[in-house]
This record gives sequence, C-alpha cells and structure tokens, in this order.
Amino acid sequence: MHARRENESEPMKNRTTVERKSDCELVVTRTFNAPARIVFEAWSKPELFKRWWVPKSADMSLLSCDMDVRTGGAYRFVFHHPAFDQPMAFFGTYREVTPHKRLVWTNEETDQGAVTTVTFEEDAGKTRVTLHELYPTKAARDEALAGSAEALPEQFAQLDELLAGRS
Amino acid sequence: MVQYSNTNLDSSFAALSDVTRRGILEQLGRVEASITELAEKFNMTLTGMKKHVGVLEQAGLVVTEKVGRVRTCRLGPHRLEEAMAWLEKYRQLWDARFDELDKVIADLKQREKFDARKKRE
Repeated sequence: MHARRENESEPMKNRTTVERKSDCELVVTRTFNAPARIVFEAWSKPELFKRWWVPKSADMSLLSCDMDVRTGGAYRFVFHHPAFDQPMAFFGTYREVTPHKRLVWTNEETDQGAVTTVTFEEDAGKTRVTLHELYPTKAARDEALAGSAEALPEQFAQLDELLAGRS
Repeated sequence: MVQYSNTNLDSSFAALSDVTRRGILEQLGRVEASITELAEKFNMTLTGMKKHVGVLEQAGLVVTEKVGRVRTCRLGPHRLEEAMAWLEKYRQLWDARFDELDKVIADLKQREKFDARKKRE
C-alpha cells in the first residue's frame, strides 16, 4: 500500500503517443489519472478547455473561445499569433456529444478540415483518451502535421539539435 | 515549402511510427553499430532487430554494409528529418496540451474532494 500512496502524491507523467493509422488518419492517446466524467468536463466546459488547449510555450493567445457543446452545436476559437497581423479563427460543429464517452467535431475553416473523434474510456479510476483525426486527403493530413511543426519553436530547436547529430 | 516525394515520406513515416525504430535512429545518430550491437542495446533478438533495420533501410533512413561476418548500420543519405520532425512535433504539441490538461484535472479532483468534505460536515 505504501507504493500506491507514493504514486498518489507524485503521479508519474503519462505518455502521449501518436500513430499514423492510415494515409488520412492520425491517432493521439494519453491516460489521465481521473474518472471519465472529470476528464470529459475539462473538454466540454469552455472555461476549463481554454486553460489547457493552447500550450503555454506555443506563443499564441486565445482571444475568444465559444463552445456550444451539444450535438449540432458550433464552436469558434480565435487566436492571436505574433507572426500574423490578423487573428486566426478555428471553427466547426459538434457532430456528436455523448457525455463522459465521446465527442466528435468537424473543422470547417477549409474544405480540407479534419473530423476529430475523442473517446473517453474509464478503467479503474483512470481515463484513456483517444483522439482520432480523419483528414479528407493524405495531403491535408501531411499539411496539418507540417503546421503543428511551426507551433512550438523552442521544442523544435531541441529536436534540431538531436537531428544535427545525424549529419 | 520544400517538396518531398510522397513515397519516401510515406515509407519514412511508417518506419518512424515505431518507438524502437526511432530509438535505433537516435542511436545511429551518435555512432554506427552492428546489428548484433543494436539487438543487445535494445534487448531484442537478432531476427527482430534485422526486421526493424530492414524497414528503416527500405525507407532510406539507414544503410547497412556487410564486412566479413558483421553487418554495420549507419544513418542513410535520405534527408528526411522533416518527416520525423513533423510527427514528433505533432506529438509534442499534444503532449504540451495534455500536461496542461493534467493540471486542470488535478484542480477538478481537488474541488470534488473539497465539495464532498463540505457535504459531510
């Protein structure tokens, strides 16, 4: 029991994994140390969602965050990025909202936007979150991958260092 | 943006989708190694390591050369850092997000405990 108590006071960081499931799909998974209802709450309440969706290191700020989290409801996030004069908007529709289990939303800024499905699976008080992005084409998926490569400059620098060892 | 052959990009993504293979690349980035050395390093059978190296070789990420009885592996000529960087970057983006989400969840759990205590009082 002692070991367990130690775990609770200082939980181990859970690993985020990414998989290219097919030409048009990306799958991200991570386990969270909380029941599904709590994890789901953090995804579905705007005041909570906006606390984590934009990583602190990303050099972007969230100007507004509107989320009508119910099946058929719309969302719209507006960001400011120092590299761009104009704010950037991301928007779409919630296709499915099943409390504590499943969220499906579309991304509608372009006709190449992904459909994102997030499932919450609770097991022994922990919740495994699986985020599945389905792009209409392989090109759209590769572009999204390349886009995320520009979001976090300092970590990219670290990766550059690692890769520099190759040449 | 720089253009890449889709075939190359695809086979390298496939090659990089495995944690062991990413480890092998990282290792070979430091120093070249024989298949036997890699198998020992990653605690795998020779056959298992040969398969991994084969996938990396097909993607052009690794080249091997047999001298005598020893097959030596080193990083290949393909400049496909971008493919690796993209996927890793994407993972890091989600990892950073999820680290923040962990904090939000910890707060929510704390609040729930507090509410439960208040109810009992």
